[in-house]
Amino acid sequence: MSTELWTYLLVGLSFALYLYIGYASRVRDTKGFYVAGRGVPPVANGAATAADWMSAASFISMAGLISAMGYDGAIYLMGWTGGYVLLALLLAPYLRKYRRFTVPDFIGDRYASNTARALAALATLFISLVYVAGQMRGVGIVFSRFLQVDIALGVLVGVLVVAFFAVLGGMKGVTWTQAVQYALLIIAYLIPAFAIAFMLTGVPIPQLALVASDLPERLNQIQTQLGFAEYTQPFQNKPMLDVLAITAALMVGTAGLPHVIIRFYTTPDVRSARYSAFWALLFIALLYTTAPAVAMFARYNLINTLHGKPLDEVRQIEWVAKWEKTRLLAFVDKNGDGRLTVAKGNAFTMEGGKPNFDKPDMSNPNEVFVDNDIIVLSTPEVARLAGFVIALVAVGGLAAALSTASGLLIAMASAVAHDLYYRIWNPRAPERLRLLVGRLAMLPALGVAAYLGINPPGFVAQVVAFAFGLAAAGLFPSILLGIFDRRMNQQGAVAGMVVGLTFTACMIALMRSPQLFGTPQPLLKDFFGISAEGIGVVGMVLNMATALIVSRLTPPPPENIQQLVDEIRIPRGAGEALDE
Amino acid sequence: MNPQNPVRAYWRANLRLIRTLLLVWALVSYGLGILLAEPLSQFRIGTLPLGFWIAQQGSIYVFVLLIWLYAWRMDRLDREYDVHE
Repeated sequence: MSTELWTYLLVGLSFALYLYIGYASRVRDTKGFYVAGRGVPPVANGAATAADWMSAASFISMAGLISAMGYDGAIYLMGWTGGYVLLALLLAPYLRKYRRFTVPDFIGDRYASNTARALAALATLFISLVYVAGQMRGVGIVFSRFLQVDIALGVLVGVLVVAFFAVLGGMKGVTWTQAVQYALLIIAYLIPAFAIAFMLTGVPIPQLALVASDLPERLNQIQTQLGFAEYTQPFQNKPMLDVLAITAALMVGTAGLPHVIIRFYTTPDVRSARYSAFWALLFIALLYTTAPAVAMFARYNLINTLHGKPLDEVRQIEWVAKWEKTRLLAFVDKNGDGRLTVAKGNAFTMEGGKPNFDKPDMSNPNEVFVDNDIIVLSTPEVARLAGFVIALVAVGGLAAALSTASGLLIAMASAVAHDLYYRIWNPRAPERLRLLVGRLAMLPALGVAAYLGINPPGFVAQVVAFAFGLAAAGLFPSILLGIFDRRMNQQGAVAGMVVGLTFTACMIALMRSPQLFGTPQPLLKDFFGISAEGIGVVGMVLNMATALIVSRLTPPPPENIQQLVDEIRIPRGAGEALDE
Repeated sequence: MNPQNPVRAYWRANLRLIRTLLLVWALVSYGLGILLAEPLSQFRIGTLPLGFWIAQQGSIYVFVLLIWLYAWRMDRLDREYDVHE
């Protein structure tokens, strides 16, 4: 059976499974729609959270990114896992005890302020929109790479599948499809990783192969010969201070992302919320500790296969020929010697972050362009795995993108239908109307996601810094102080949020002005050595400092709010129903 | 305030535990993984420089362990102060 046939078959089967789960777990009330009836066991919630969190980018692009960055790729590895420690120790148990549906629920009630509620809801919407655009694009890319289907058609199919199980099953349908999607994506990631580890080092487990073979040493030597820094040498792409700031900002941002936080509302009690954070990170760690190994092995293999080899000979290799066709791999014989040279610098001139394949960059000897995505996508072919494994990678990539998209969809629907419509605009809305509005709110969100997936604005990658920055500077401190500082009041929290959000948004806009406003140079290069990716952590500190000072200069929060804080600090009573 | 005393003690114990675990979290990730990454490169774990291994592997294992430790210790604390579900 051909690889293409396998891909159609496995992708079709996986989609049928998602649709079935969505239909089987359709819901009739808002509790089912927003928090899956609070009946999800910790292990299942852990798997769902892992799939919710690991996006198309984690699955397809992260290993390639690390491969290009060497040590400095650690900002993503530590940043996107370390946040779970904050989430598990500082936020999840207490938000679960609060027994509501959303993040703005807590912020709005705790500070008795609809301004704070609306700010939190708008931040949730913005963060989720930025994210979902990337997911839909990921679906389109997987379809086009593996099945040569038009990207637009791929995006449309993805949107329809997500629409079906998310609208019908709400959080309940999303939870159980995510749990299944985790299983698919991790199998699809690990099989090729084990194969390439075994092929290059003789040790099949990537995490062990990394420390047990002489491959790191050989790679470091090759890199030095070719004029690169050693692969394992820290701070080659970014200075230490920026690495610190970015890691911290990604950690805090991760902990403040609404679509991740709401997953912890679905557990039966506080204890299960704590344990599901453990399962979530364990499941995430399986992929996140494998990725740096794949990154290193694939880089070694790529340089070894290409450098110094005759161009005609290299093009005979099946996977090279295939990926050169897709332009994920491109060659240019700058010096006309018929052989490939791998060196520092761009093979082609970069225009707007993309290479212009008609214009070789003659300022350096490098003749090979490698797109980051190829590291994961080509691994099964490099390791000469069977056609059905390649099909499985397509299924895994789609599962990663769809699971994250559906989680984001719930977060957006709840911000519109629950926070803005029900809690602020129409608190008397009856249960059935609220459920209907929740379902309807998904449709425009899906429409926008599909549109952005098909016509990606050039600045999507740039605004992801916004998503983490806003979560770190706006949502995280307000929730944290609401739980741990009884004295924190409305004035302090709102002032803190306004200062944190304004500072962060302005800084990112100034530093990313070429992409956002088309200025020739960034209006601001960095903030005392901290780049746009890391600025959220400064915003967080400013938010907290402002909130603490203002709250101490204004009256303490009313008695009933202080009781609420005492209430959420105790696990008992999390299973009892709230009379809403 | 008085009837709340056991609850206050529970909260203080919780805060102590959180403080200890977050200290380890910060020391491993920011301390060993970043600030000391260069000096630690002269040591090796297997064939890999230690600083690099901590930054791309070890720290993640420690994070998983910290979350498990917290859940496990809090189980005992919840029962000890009779605030469990």
